[in-house]
Amino acid sequence: MSELKRASTFLSDNSGDPTMTQASTSETPAAIRADVRDLKFWYGKFQALNGVSMPIHDRKVTAIIGPSGCGKSTLLRCFNRIHDLYPGVRYEGEINLAPEHINLVAKGIDPILVRLLVGMVFQKPNPFPKSIFENVAAGLYVRGIRNKSEVEGRVEEALRQAAIWNEVKDRLNKPAFELSGGQQQRLCIARALAPKPKLLLLDEPTSALDPIATAKIEELMDSLVKDVTILIVTHNLAQAARISKYTAFMHMGNLVEFGETEQLFTNPAVTQTQDYVTGRFG
Amino acid sequence: MAGELNERRIVATSKAQDLVFAVLGIIVLFFAMAMLATLVADLLIDGLSRIDMQFLTDFPSRRPSQAGILSAWVGTTLVMFVTALLAIPLGVGAGLYLEEYAPKNWLSDLIEINVSNLAGVPSIIYGLLALGFFVYGLGMGQTVLVGGMVLALLILPIVVVATREAVRAVPSGLRESAYGLGCNRWQVVWSYVLPSARPGILTGAIVGLSRAIGETAPIITIGALTFIAFLPPSPIQASPPFLNFDWLNSPFTVMPIQMFNWTSRPQAGFHENAAATGVLLLGMTLVMNGFAIFLRYHLRKGLRS
Repeated sequence: MSELKRASTFLSDNSGDPTMTQASTSETPAAIRADVRDLKFWYGKFQALNGVSMPIHDRKVTAIIGPSGCGKSTLLRCFNRIHDLYPGVRYEGEINLAPEHINLVAKGIDPILVRLLVGMVFQKPNPFPKSIFENVAAGLYVRGIRNKSEVEGRVEEALRQAAIWNEVKDRLNKPAFELSGGQQQRLCIARALAPKPKLLLLDEPTSALDPIATAKIEELMDSLVKDVTILIVTHNLAQAARISKYTAFMHMGNLVEFGETEQLFTNPAVTQTQDYVTGRFG
Repeated sequence: MAGELNERRIVATSKAQDLVFAVLGIIVLFFAMAMLATLVADLLIDGLSRIDMQFLTDFPSRRPSQAGILSAWVGTTLVMFVTALLAIPLGVGAGLYLEEYAPKNWLSDLIEINVSNLAGVPSIIYGLLALGFFVYGLGMGQTVLVGGMVLALLILPIVVVATREAVRAVPSGLRESAYGLGCNRWQVVWSYVLPSARPGILTGAIVGLSRAIGETAPIITIGALTFIAFLPPSPIQASPPFLNFDWLNSPFTVMPIQMFNWTSRPQAGFHENAAATGVLLLGMTLVMNGFAIFLRYHLRKGLRS
């Protein structure tokens, strides 16, 4: 628990008052899926993250909110080292992934290993130009799973988990582009789920979708969280409030406040958080 | 009231400007198209009547009416085959490496500039290189293989540049989501980048081949013959191993050379022959480009994004 508290201290220049709510201690001790410690990140000379520390609770939804350019997507993309595709990036600090305590951002850890452990869904639905089935099976093939019945079973399981099985079960061999935007995004979620990731990253997954498709994905996250740990970046404060158990508020590359969502939205410890969640800035 | 009138005046000016540019554009287009049409029409008038089976199945002759382009079109086909086989894999491989694998530093910048410059080097320079290096240096002689190699060198930069552009146009979201699944670089390139870039790469390859098919200077420079009254050995034979590669080492001629040779003769009959060859060469280029358009259309259907 002390670790939890340490991870949740403020990093802004506001007061250093620990705001971790007592509520979490009264529940059964929540397991930690990943622990971010003093994470710093640079794009070339520009420092985008100034030492972020926060826990990611196992099988809970953790939301990252903040104004544009605050570093919330940058933080999320550290978790599967997508930054490594571009030259001139640098990490410092740790993201320890349970249970093996692999530091995801360590130099000695191959980004491919990280991506095999951590799944990601992007802002814009981006299915591969292949069939629905092949899209979901892609991650399995990469992991060397080629047994036909196993692949078929896991594709169906992932599509069911992503609440899209009933809509696509009769046309698994049709191109994924025939699906609507919302269906494509759920397909991408299924694709990320099929390999059973230790952590699922969602980068503003509903910002390109209409309200009905958004509602479906929010509903889906609610059911997913029984099995999967979810870290989501969202622009939409109402969405963060609806779906997440924990929320991190970021500003200018700093983690301003981290806490239980209810607490952070109703009784934030930092004025800056309050201003943001009440719409006074951002 | 004055304001409204002023705005009407702005609209009128805009329309006038559009009209001026449209008229100018039509005039320019007309000139370009008229030139091309004249050229093609001239070829067709002179040559069309000369194209028949005899013309396609006879060897060159001293008598214009008995001369044909059998050795030329067979030579062109074989040389283009070698060129495509060499230039496409090498060019696509180099383009993929430069775009997906090579670190972005001064060396790759230098290579990029040089590849682009190579595309503009006069084709006769390639001919001289091939003459000095392949024909004399390596003692390969004036063969189909050398002809294919020099044309492959000539269009390699075109294929490399087209590949790089096609690869660069692959949306980064596709790449990120493939990497995000845990794919390694080869899996991303082979399974996702290459299929998406294929229409662009194919277009570049065929544009390159269309250029190669009409090239005369490098082929003349390596010393290809202008009068060939035999065919290279057939690539397919009845007895095992069924494939025969002797044709690679055979002397050859190509259609542009045959044309060049005939135009330099005094007899009017040979000029007709040259025009007919030109028509056929144009036809071949047109078919290749049509094939490229067909492939692009066909491949893009599955790639809508």
